[in-house]
Amino acid sequence: MMSLYTRRIWINRIGITLSMLAMSLGLIALLWILWTLFSKGFAALSWDLFTQDTPAPGSEGGGLRNAIVGSGLILLFSMLISTPIGILAGIYLAEFGRVSKFASFTRFMTDIMLSAPSIVIGLFVYALFVATTGGFSGWAGSLALALIAIPVVVRTTENMLKLVPTSLREAAFAVGAPRWQVSLKVTLRAVKSGVVTGVLLAMARITGETAPLLFTALNNQFFSTNMAEPMGNLPVVIFQFALSPYDNWVNLAWGGALLIAFLVLAVNIAVRVVFRNKDKR
Amino acid sequence: MLNQSMPDQAMPAGEDAALQVRNLDFFYGDFKGLSNVNLDIAHKKVTAFIGPSGCGKSTLLRTFNRMYDLYPGQRAEGQILFHGKNLLDKGQDVNLVRAKIGMVFQKPTPFPMTIYENIAFGVRLYERMSKSAMDDRVEWALKKAALWGEVKDKLQQSGLSLSGGQQQRLCIARAVAVKPEIVLLDEPTSALDPISTAKIEELINELKSDYTIAIVTHNMQQAARISDYTAFMYLGELVEFNETATIFMRPEKKQTEDYITGRFG
Repeated sequence: MMSLYTRRIWINRIGITLSMLAMSLGLIALLWILWTLFSKGFAALSWDLFTQDTPAPGSEGGGLRNAIVGSGLILLFSMLISTPIGILAGIYLAEFGRVSKFASFTRFMTDIMLSAPSIVIGLFVYALFVATTGGFSGWAGSLALALIAIPVVVRTTENMLKLVPTSLREAAFAVGAPRWQVSLKVTLRAVKSGVVTGVLLAMARITGETAPLLFTALNNQFFSTNMAEPMGNLPVVIFQFALSPYDNWVNLAWGGALLIAFLVLAVNIAVRVVFRNKDKR
Repeated sequence: MLNQSMPDQAMPAGEDAALQVRNLDFFYGDFKGLSNVNLDIAHKKVTAFIGPSGCGKSTLLRTFNRMYDLYPGQRAEGQILFHGKNLLDKGQDVNLVRAKIGMVFQKPTPFPMTIYENIAFGVRLYERMSKSAMDDRVEWALKKAALWGEVKDKLQQSGLSLSGGQQQRLCIARAVAVKPEIVLLDEPTSALDPISTAKIEELINELKSDYTIAIVTHNMQQAARISDYTAFMYLGELVEFNETATIFMRPEKKQTEDYITGRFG
């Protein structure tokens, strides 16, 4: 009996050792990436990064102003497109369609969209929008990113709404409210913070997307707020500059990478704050 | 055998009925949840439904406001007459029915909004009124539910911040605010402590001067305390329906007697 017990202790030790090993491998890779990013990125941080535009080949200095503003605009419009569509579709799936054939079809398509490679989505927008409207543009970029964000918002909204207790839904119907009022004013409100989280996570997901922007917004060396023109943006600038032979370009790529990392970090912190406030209520 | 005796019990003598249930069958898919139920819910009285779990008393209550409509596969056949019209008719506007026949559930279900909005939500659906009229209505409803004194200074707080008993009275206020004719209570006190339960029972007693009340309860003493009529149900059938005193003192059926004396159920 004792030997059985000792054996178990040893198996336990081996199991823990293996899992710790696996964890540290993952953690080391992550810390390594972050360390490189921080050391090289912080070196590139300066006022110029925010006040000057991307430099021409061979010129000195320069910044990322046009890319930061461009990324901001593209992100803003893609969220403006994807948030209402995603939330409404989520409401449809959870409250209206439920088990209907059309709803399960939509759910299936959303799942495919969720796992579709982003480059495919970029190509799709290129073929349908860029090629037909005759040029790369900020709008095309926003559209491509929105297509990636929509399924994320749809699924989180639907999953959150499914968590609403039946009793709350019934209570809202019991005062004579039509289904759309029940959905918008009662159940959606009950899961507000969860839905906001979904939207923020979708935003974090598309912040660093590069491939779809290559085919759509392309890039713009100059400062522009015209969404109908090609538009500078951080991921594509990082992609181009990191591969370039110019030291100042490579430097700027690190700075841009750090900015994106910070943005994603900020979004994730925001998600946690949203949830904490919910718990306090 | 039971079914044949049913029509005799349909009418509590000399009362005008708020609801008349005739030959009602109810199905959960293929399963028959209610079978040939006939009874009248008396106007401005409290009618209690008792019986063991799964006997169909909640199912019956949920046919009165067509709550089962939310679930595909559930259907009712027969008649439930409300002002002479069959509530179960396909053409019947379900939302209007629910505005006229309110419901309070087992678990308190305040909406995720302020106390004020919890009440105003239902009112706004059917009435357009000024801010001050709405203020008056909210106050009136909260007073009806004996909650005004406790919440009058915090109407803008979330309804979820209240205690369980207060939440349940908020739900009653919400149901009353829409000015229904009938209020359905589905085990309204089973999730509450004894003091909150006593308050709700007191409230029911006051509400019956203005509203017809139908209450499902697991608690026989509660039925005995607050109701004018009691219906005993078993296995989807209405076994016995009469004045509460008669049901509890001189039940006609053996099954009823066995249940209220605690021999089964």
